[in-house]
Amino acid sequence: MKILAYLIQKEFTQIFRNKALLPMMTILPIVQLIVLSNAASNEVKNVNLVVVDKDHSEQSRLLTRKIVANERFSLVSAPYSKENAMETMQTNGADIVLEIPQNFERSFLKGERPQLQILVNAINGQQATVGVGYLNSIIGTFNKELQTRVGQPAIGKNANIQIASRNWYNPEIEYTHFMAPGILAELTALLTIILSAMNVVREREMGTIEQINVTPIKKWQFIVGKLVPFLCVGLLLLTVGLIASKLIFDIPMLGNIGIIFMYAIVNLIAVLGLGLLISNFANTQQQAIFVAFFFILIFVLMCGLFTPIDSMPKWAQYFTIPNPLAHFISVSRKVLMKGSGLADIKMEFLYTFILAILFNSLAIWSYKKQS
Amino acid sequence: MLAITVSHISKSFGTVQALKDISLSVEDGELFGLIGPDGAGKSTLFRILTTLLLADKGEGTVAGHPIVSKYKEIRKKVGYMPGKFSLYQDLSVEENLSFFATIFGTTIEANYDLIKDIYVQIEPFKKRLAGQLSGGMKQKLALCCALIHKPEVLFLDEPTTGVDAVSRKEFWEMLQRLKEKGIAILVSTPYMDEAELCDRIALIQNGRILQTDTPEALRASYPYPLYAVKSRNTYQLLKSLRETFYTRTVLPFGDFLHLSTKEKMALDQIQNDLRTKGFEAIEIKEIEATVEDVFLELSDTEEARTTTER
Repeated sequence: MKILAYLIQKEFTQIFRNKALLPMMTILPIVQLIVLSNAASNEVKNVNLVVVDKDHSEQSRLLTRKIVANERFSLVSAPYSKENAMETMQTNGADIVLEIPQNFERSFLKGERPQLQILVNAINGQQATVGVGYLNSIIGTFNKELQTRVGQPAIGKNANIQIASRNWYNPEIEYTHFMAPGILAELTALLTIILSAMNVVREREMGTIEQINVTPIKKWQFIVGKLVPFLCVGLLLLTVGLIASKLIFDIPMLGNIGIIFMYAIVNLIAVLGLGLLISNFANTQQQAIFVAFFFILIFVLMCGLFTPIDSMPKWAQYFTIPNPLAHFISVSRKVLMKGSGLADIKMEFLYTFILAILFNSLAIWSYKKQS
Repeated sequence: MLAITVSHISKSFGTVQALKDISLSVEDGELFGLIGPDGAGKSTLFRILTTLLLADKGEGTVAGHPIVSKYKEIRKKVGYMPGKFSLYQDLSVEENLSFFATIFGTTIEANYDLIKDIYVQIEPFKKRLAGQLSGGMKQKLALCCALIHKPEVLFLDEPTTGVDAVSRKEFWEMLQRLKEKGIAILVSTPYMDEAELCDRIALIQNGRILQTDTPEALRASYPYPLYAVKSRNTYQLLKSLRETFYTRTVLPFGDFLHLSTKEKMALDQIQNDLRTKGFEAIEIKEIEATVEDVFLELSDTEEARTTTER
């Protein structure tokens, strides 16, 4: 025990003595948290719209006004021909072209069903789908109002079904509330995986591992001696990050923060185990960082932070099971936003626990004191 | 009891055979030198004996324990100083020392008498980071760290490489004192002059041991008459001596040339020969062979042998 305590103490001494490491561990993640949480948003705030109004009627103008009144849409131009509108789209000036046909008002009053055409620039898929969604809902409302005003109960039969939706757990759909816990989980995991992956390799590069290997130190002591200090660093970062998120973004904290930390310990042990495993197979820090990056990229892109796991293909969904980051993000969102208790996150706990055991056993097994 | 025994150890790295059928033994309290040029296989042998590397063939014991089956026992009983400085550069002198003391389950105080002579020299810098020490200081610290758990056998892999002449001399004096405390020391070095300071030496080249003996016996084993020759123009002298009928080998050693002849010659005879060739200020004397002479002689034979083998 005394040996282990000294190993940990030595590691801490080295961490605190490293001038580059401390700011890297504290300031950089906070900056990233602030920048990413604000920037990485799926919200579509500005849709460039071109309206081709061939009708020039009272109703068509009203519709245009209603759409433009919405702050998400900005009217780029209103040409007379569709060709002009298409040119604007070709030069990427427009996201959506709305065409109002001739005799729009007249056929509506006649009780016919005039058709509007929406042409979408789908180069940016997200912008396109979300923009059309907004537009549809505005046109839908306009439709209903028009019916009541004109007094056409015949068409108004659709209006019998009223859909009232409410957003649970994030009523205002604040993106930062949703992103910040995820990004915090991601940053914590990333930093610890890199730190641990670099550490053992550094000892190999400096030759100090040679000296350690000739001592009666046990393999598990060596690995645990590396794990504990970085676990503390990870937890510290998580604490600072949570406080920062609360102060800056006022993220909800409905659940028990203790559960987050309890889970974070298991998760960080898993991630650190993977880092140490990488470290054991690399001869230089360069190799270690490349392999670590390979895993980090997969973990980040497939963790459900930027693309929902549910919308991935089935095989990719299975791939998120050995991804500790996916579980971390799921847990932090569930606990913070929904107030989930232990029972609700037991599957995440189980998977992460298995990963922690697996990665660390492999790390201890693959650390060879003899070649 | 023998501190180290090595019998018929071989080790290859891919197609390169680093050690070929090595056998030697080191007694308790003996200062044993492994002398050979870079790439001779010295470090490989050290790594095998310190249980860092497994040999392909052969057996060995260190402090009475077989190197393969009882490697854990060996790690408690040996001190190892690798050729490359391998202490924590970002820890201070004191921190490094107490780190190694602790992982061996001891304290600096418990074995202070063993390292005292050496440690007092670096103690003024004990708060300084190891990475900021001078080469000689680093060596002293590394030796302290290797000694702090009172090892029975000490392995020093090229401890004086890259260290200035004064520090080298001090270092060997320290080794003599450690030997007196009953610690067996296996030390490797590429410097032939250091060989004379060992109790026994093994000359090693291309992974093969050429000869093992005391420095005196090795020197006495040199079979040919040997002369040291000096003149004003050393290079011309070397060239012309190579062409005489009586010369076996002639090699430069500092200011002098070491001339080995086929038969015993009178000093006058050589001197007259050289004078007729126009050399001036000729100095000549019969000398005893140094370890380097022996090594070069043996390595020549070894080269010849390996060439014929091919």
